[in-house]
Amino acid sequence: MDKQKIEQYGDELYQAFVSCRAVAPLLTREPDITIEDAYRIQECFVARRLAAGETIVGKKIGATSKPVQDFLGVYQPDFGMLTSAMVFQEGDTIDLGQLIQPKAEAELAFVLKHDLKGPGITAMDVIRATDYVVPCFEIVDSRITDWQIKIQDTVADNASCGVFVLGKTKGDPRKLDITLAGMVLEKNGELFSTGVGAAVQGSPANAVAWLANTLGVLGIPFKAGEVILSGSQSSLVPVQGGDELVCTVGGLGSCRVKFSGRSAA
Amino acid sequence: MSSNLTLSREDIVRLCERVEGAQTRACAIPKLTNEYPQMTIADGYAVQNELRRRFVAQGHKQVGWKAGLTSKAKMQQMGVSVPSIGFLTDRMARPENSAISTSDLVHPRVECEVAFVMKSDLQGTGCTAADVLAATDYVLPAVEIIDSRFSGFKFDLASVIADNGSSARFVGGGRARYAEDLDLKTLGVVMEKNGEIVAMGASAAVMGHPAEAIAMLVNILAEMGEILPAGSFVMSGGITEAIAVKPGDSIVARFQELGSVSMRFVE
Repeated sequence: MDKQKIEQYGDELYQAFVSCRAVAPLLTREPDITIEDAYRIQECFVARRLAAGETIVGKKIGATSKPVQDFLGVYQPDFGMLTSAMVFQEGDTIDLGQLIQPKAEAELAFVLKHDLKGPGITAMDVIRATDYVVPCFEIVDSRITDWQIKIQDTVADNASCGVFVLGKTKGDPRKLDITLAGMVLEKNGELFSTGVGAAVQGSPANAVAWLANTLGVLGIPFKAGEVILSGSQSSLVPVQGGDELVCTVGGLGSCRVKFSGRSAA
Repeated sequence: MSSNLTLSREDIVRLCERVEGAQTRACAIPKLTNEYPQMTIADGYAVQNELRRRFVAQGHKQVGWKAGLTSKAKMQQMGVSVPSIGFLTDRMARPENSAISTSDLVHPRVECEVAFVMKSDLQGTGCTAADVLAATDYVLPAVEIIDSRFSGFKFDLASVIADNGSSARFVGGGRARYAEDLDLKTLGVVMEKNGEIVAMGASAAVMGHPAEAIAMLVNILAEMGEILPAGSFVMSGGITEAIAVKPGDSIVARFQELGSVSMRFVE
C-alpha cells in the first residue's frame, strides 16, 4: 500500500475519532491491506493525535485470548499506543459522550522500572523489569462501524483503544501469582463474569514479552515508566451512562469505574 | 417448582433401582421425567435418599456432600433459584495423581471446585456463609468427575437430583489452607487437559462466594431433617465449565493459593 493511501486512512480514522463518527471497515474497501500496512496506518492515526498535543504514555496489547483470536482469525496478539488523553484515575467518572461504541475489559496493567528492548525478551525479563502491576479497566472503542473489524481494521484503528483507568493498589509480581490470580468483574453490584491471568497468553507476562520483542523488531521504544495494558481477562462488558464496574484481582485489589453520558450502542 | 412428594413409595424404589442399575452398570437411561412428568424436586431427593440408604446398607461410607448447579448461569438455564445437592461416598474417592478408569462411567466430565472440610456440625435453616466459614477446618482444591446417567447429559432438575446430582468420582488434593488466610471469592483457577488450557475462572463464579453454596447446601439438608456433620468433605460446585474426558487424557487443575490437583484417565 502506498504512502499516500496509508496517510489517507490514518487521517480518516483520526477524523472519525475527533468527530465521534464511525467509518466503514477498511478491509472492505482495500481487500489487500496487510497487517504491516495496518500498523503504518495506526502510526499516522496516532501521529495526528500527538500533533494535537497528546503524548505517548504506554502501550496496550490486544487480541490476547483464544476466543478473540479465533474471531479475528489471527494467532498472535496486536498492540496499540496509549496516549495522555486516554488516562483516567480511579474514582473518575468517564463521559461516554466522547466515545463511539464503548465496551469495558478487565485487565492487569504493568508499569516498568527498566526499559525492555527486544528481541530476545522472556517472561522472566518482564518480571525483572516490572516496577508494579495494578488492576485496570480498558474501555475499548472502535472507529469502525458496528465493530465490523478484522485484524487489519483493529490494528489500523490503534488496536480499538478508547480510554483506560488504573486501580490504586500496586502489586509486586514476585509476591503475586499473576498467572493464577483470579479476576472477578461486577457490574452495578452483580457478578458479571470471572477470569484468571492465564487467559492472557498463558500468563500476562508472556503477552508483555511478546510486545517487547515485537516493538524491538520494529524499532519502537519501550521505556521505563510506561503503562502496559496486558490484555483482557474478562468478557467484553457493554456500558452505558449510570453504570458502575468493579474488577478485583485475587491477592491484589480492585479498580472501580463509573460512567455518565448518553446510552452506549 | 413444587416441593411436594408425588411419587408413591413403590415408584421411589422402582426409580432408585433404575438409577442404581445405570450407575453400577455405567449405562445411559432416559431422564426419569419422561415416565413421571409430574416429578418434583422433593421426589428427586426421595429417590436420592433411597439410593444413599442402599449404598450405606451395602457398606459404602458416606464422606460428605456436593453442591451442584451453583453458578448463576447454570441456575438460570435450569430455571431454579437453589442449587442441587448430592452425597459423596468413599467409593467415589480417587487419590490425587492416580489413573482413573472410565470403563465404569458413562460420559465423564471434569470440573474445578473449592472443597471444604468441616470441623464442627452445621445445622440449618438460616445457615449463612459466615456460619460456614466459622465451622470450616480447612479448604482444599478438588476436581469433581461428574457423570450423568441420562442419555446425552440431557436432564431436568428432578431427574438429576434423583441421579445424585451426577456425582461419580472426586479427587481432593493440592494444598490444605485455612479459609481465613485466603480471599475465597477471588481465587483464580485454570484447568488443563493434555497440557492445554481448556477452562478458566475465579471462585466468585460459585454463587459469588463458594461458602454461599455450602450454606445453601446446609439449608437444603435442614429441609430433609439432616445436619452437615463435623468431618464432612463438601464440594461447593464447579467454578469452570465441565470438560469431557476419555482414556488417555491427563488433567491438571491449578488453583491460586491452593496448588494443583492432577489425574489421568484410562480404559
